[in-house]
Amino acid sequence: MSGDIAQIVAAALTVMTAATPLLLAATGELVTEKSGVLNLGVEGMMLVGAIAGFATAITTGSSTLGIVAGVAAGAGMALIFAVLTLTFLANQVATGLALTIFGTGLSALIGSGYVGIAVKPLPRLHLPVLSDLPLVGPILFGQDVLIYASFLLLAAVAYFLYRTHAGLVLRSIGDSHEAAHAIGYRVIGVRYLATLFGGAMSGLGGAYMSLAYSPSWSEGMTAGRGWIALALVVFATWRPARLLAGAYLFGGINILQLYIQAWGWEIPSQFLTMLPYLATVLVLVLISRDQTRIRLNAPACLGKPFYAAG
Amino acid sequence: MRIRLEPRGQRSPFWVYGSPVLALLLTLATAAIIFTALGKDPVASLYTFFVAPLTSSTAAPELFVKAAPLVLIAVGLSLGFRANVWNIGAEGQYTLGALAGGGLALAFYDSTSPLLFPAMMAAGIIGGMAWAAIPAFLRTRFNASEILTSLMLTYVAQQLLIYLVVGPWKDPEGYGFPQSRLFQEAATAPNLIAGTRTHLGVLVALIVVGLGWIVMAKSLIGFQLRVVGQAPRAARYAGFSERRAIWFSLLLGGGLSGLAGLFEVAGPVGQLTPQISPGYGFTAIIVAFLGRLHPVGVLFAGLILALTYLGGEKAQIDLGMPNAVTFIFQGILLFYLLACDVLILYRVRGAHRSIVERAA
Repeated sequence: MSGDIAQIVAAALTVMTAATPLLLAATGELVTEKSGVLNLGVEGMMLVGAIAGFATAITTGSSTLGIVAGVAAGAGMALIFAVLTLTFLANQVATGLALTIFGTGLSALIGSGYVGIAVKPLPRLHLPVLSDLPLVGPILFGQDVLIYASFLLLAAVAYFLYRTHAGLVLRSIGDSHEAAHAIGYRVIGVRYLATLFGGAMSGLGGAYMSLAYSPSWSEGMTAGRGWIALALVVFATWRPARLLAGAYLFGGINILQLYIQAWGWEIPSQFLTMLPYLATVLVLVLISRDQTRIRLNAPACLGKPFYAAG
Repeated sequence: MRIRLEPRGQRSPFWVYGSPVLALLLTLATAAIIFTALGKDPVASLYTFFVAPLTSSTAAPELFVKAAPLVLIAVGLSLGFRANVWNIGAEGQYTLGALAGGGLALAFYDSTSPLLFPAMMAAGIIGGMAWAAIPAFLRTRFNASEILTSLMLTYVAQQLLIYLVVGPWKDPEGYGFPQSRLFQEAATAPNLIAGTRTHLGVLVALIVVGLGWIVMAKSLIGFQLRVVGQAPRAARYAGFSERRAIWFSLLLGGGLSGLAGLFEVAGPVGQLTPQISPGYGFTAIIVAFLGRLHPVGVLFAGLILALTYLGGEKAQIDLGMPNAVTFIFQGILLFYLLACDVLILYRVRGAHRSIVERAA
């Protein structure tokens, strides 16, 4: 019996640690896209966040500073994107791709001295009595701090977008930048902030990969999670609550991979590695075929450049 | 001083071609700063990276060997990008072309037939097309973004390649290395110039540049692609089908990527291994933009980006720099290019000057 509980706890932990980087990055990208900016560079920002966080944690010995560095690095990458697309009106799709190519190279260059080193994983919460409860204790009260942060940040973003005036302004800019500009809102300024927030969250998601999920650095370690986070935003039809469901669905696929092997099914590991990518294609198809739903929920100005005449 | 952009009202023909040149110069300047930051002598490093690869006797052929896959892929992508069809999964289509053509070479391992290599070329094209047909189908039938689906399929293709070379296609005498048997003579891309690695793919890439130019400038479908991309509404009223543009762009890009993959494994690599591409499918995206989405421009851009690969290899050996520097330069080049492209449609003015103008 206690073995079963231990197994359930282990499974829950695996799902949560796998879902958290996706949830963090997707929450940030959601805000960016709600303001009308499509930043396809999530993968690159996550990678740079991952190595910045890891290198800082190793050098300073502090995982807190590591997290801060990951956030700052992600925001720094997003700043490049913002200057190019918002100030210089560059094509957002192409700039996002450039950001990913650049981030892949930059993280590999910085990370070349950090391969094969382990870092102390993020400390887990420990509350007296509560954390020691069977089953619910370790799942609810024994996680690392960023898992709680991912929930709080998502809730904060949902509150911000739908319950505050600033959130309303951001959404109006995403839906009609011309109208928002005419009323006097600062379209470009708001989009800068939304893009930087998206980058910071991607950096945080990347830092979670290298400081908690792995915890180590290897080249290209995010393995497409940035792209999956982008797909999650579409899957969630730009709604925060559905983002949570999507991220945990993908966390669940991760554990499925482990269990299929544990059950002794004779499936080559490469096919199991394909699962999240194939699942991403599948959910995109399921959501996108309902065109009306996408049109109703997608920010109307997503990906369109804004030039303030006059 | 804040900068302000002022619409020109029309495209500046000067900056269409001036922008890539300016972007290249800015990239070189940035490269010098990065080398200095890495503690290297900037002048010597720039020389090693961008000039030294061109000085050896085999320089020109090697440059063409590296440029061939980039040019083949980028010509296809250029036509698609013009129609706003964002196939960014060329890397996966390249891999499938290599698998389809390479699989044929392994299946008919003892064949000496002169038909084997042409059959492999056809298989490479079909493999790449088949892989690109998936995002085309999902986009036209279910409206799923081809950006995300084509990219996801790249990861799937990579796993398929690894599965095959560690599993069913592994060389039984390969000491357990994850690689297939070396292709036989009849399954190898014919060599064009003795003593170099210049293979048939280089010639094919040049032919594709010519054909691509004809398709883009002279054919109806080329015209339709441009209209679909630049004025989707006009295209709809004119009865140009968006579905057709999507299918054409993806199949063309996929087929050429697959052919590029086949030439690479049947030429310079000579077998199937997990490392059949140093990111050609992604770099080709930069080549397409740097080449102004025009086949002839793509040829020049392909040679320039090929130089960054050669320079990266040289810097790795001579300066002990990680290979990743190549991708940093490639990313920076695209950043600068995208920023400089603003000059095509806008003038950059200092804010104080426009205030004066407004007052007057």
